[in-house]
Amino acid sequence: MHDSDAMPINSETRDGAVILSPVGDVDMAHSPSLRSALRSAQEGKPPRLVVNLTDVRYMDSSGLATLVESMRSAKNARTSMVLCGMNPKVKAIFEIARLDQFFTVVDDLDQALTV
Amino acid sequence: MSERPHIRVELMSNPVYLSGARELVSSVARRLGFDDLDCSKIALAVDEALCNVIRHGYNRKTDRPIWIALWPVDEDADGNPDGIRIVIEDEAKQVDPDKMKGRELADVRPGGLGVHIIREVMDEARYERREGDGMRLTLIKRAPKPADAPRIAPGARSTRSATPSRR
Repeated sequence: MHDSDAMPINSETRDGAVILSPVGDVDMAHSPSLRSALRSAQEGKPPRLVVNLTDVRYMDSSGLATLVESMRSAKNARTSMVLCGMNPKVKAIFEIARLDQFFTVVDDLDQALTV
Repeated sequence: MSERPHIRVELMSNPVYLSGARELVSSVARRLGFDDLDCSKIALAVDEALCNVIRHGYNRKTDRPIWIALWPVDEDADGNPDGIRIVIEDEAKQVDPDKMKGRELADVRPGGLGVHIIREVMDEARYERREGDGMRLTLIKRAPKPADAPRIAPGARSTRSATPSRR
C-alpha cells in the first residue's frame, strides 16, 4: 500500500493562462500530486496560473503548504497566481490559517482569468 | 479510564486512510448536533493531528498504529450530549507537551500550521505523554445550542469526567 495516490488534476491553457483543476480532497495523501502538477505548470513561466478549486471538497494544511510554496515560486517568476472556486469548507481553512489575504482569491474561473 | 469510548478505531499510519478517519469523525459530529461547516472543521483538526503523528511521530512510516476514540460530552441539566470529545493516541516518540505549539502565522511559509489549526478549531486541545510510550491528544469541541439541534439518543450519554483507557 502506497502512502499517497494520484489525484486527478485537469490542466488546460486559455489565453496564455495555465488552469489547473484538481478533483477531490487535497490532503497529505494527495498534495504531492498537486505539488507535482504546479511545478510542471510553472516550468514554462506562464503569465498567469489559475488553481481552480471548484471540484475540491476538502483541503488540509498540506494542501495549504503546497499552495504557499507555489505562490512563492510564482512571485519569483512574476507569474500571477490566482485561486478560484473555493467552497465554504475550503475557504475556512485559509481563514483559520490567516492565509486568505496572502493569495489572490476570486469566486470563479471567469474572474480568475480577468482579475 | 472510567468509561469505554463510544467508538474506538485503530488505523495504520498511512495517509491514504485519512479520508476514512475524517468521514467517521465528521459523521459522528453531525449526529451530535454540529452543522456541516463545524463538522468539516472538527474533521480538519483530527486530520491535522493524525498528519502530525504520521509526519513527526512516526517519521512517515506507514505501518504504525494510531487509535481514535470518540465520546459525546454531557453538559446540560438534561444530560443531552453537548459536544464531542476525541482522543488520539499513538506509540510514537514522546515529546514535551509544552512544546506542542503552532508557529507564528505572520511568518508565511509552507508547513507548521497543524497545531495552530487544531487549537483554533477546538475548544480544548491537550497533549500529554502516555504511560510507557507514545502521546495522547485530547480534543473537545462544544456544540452550539440551537433549540432544534439534532441530539443523539439518551442511551448514548457519557460523563464529562471520563478519560480514555489505556490499551
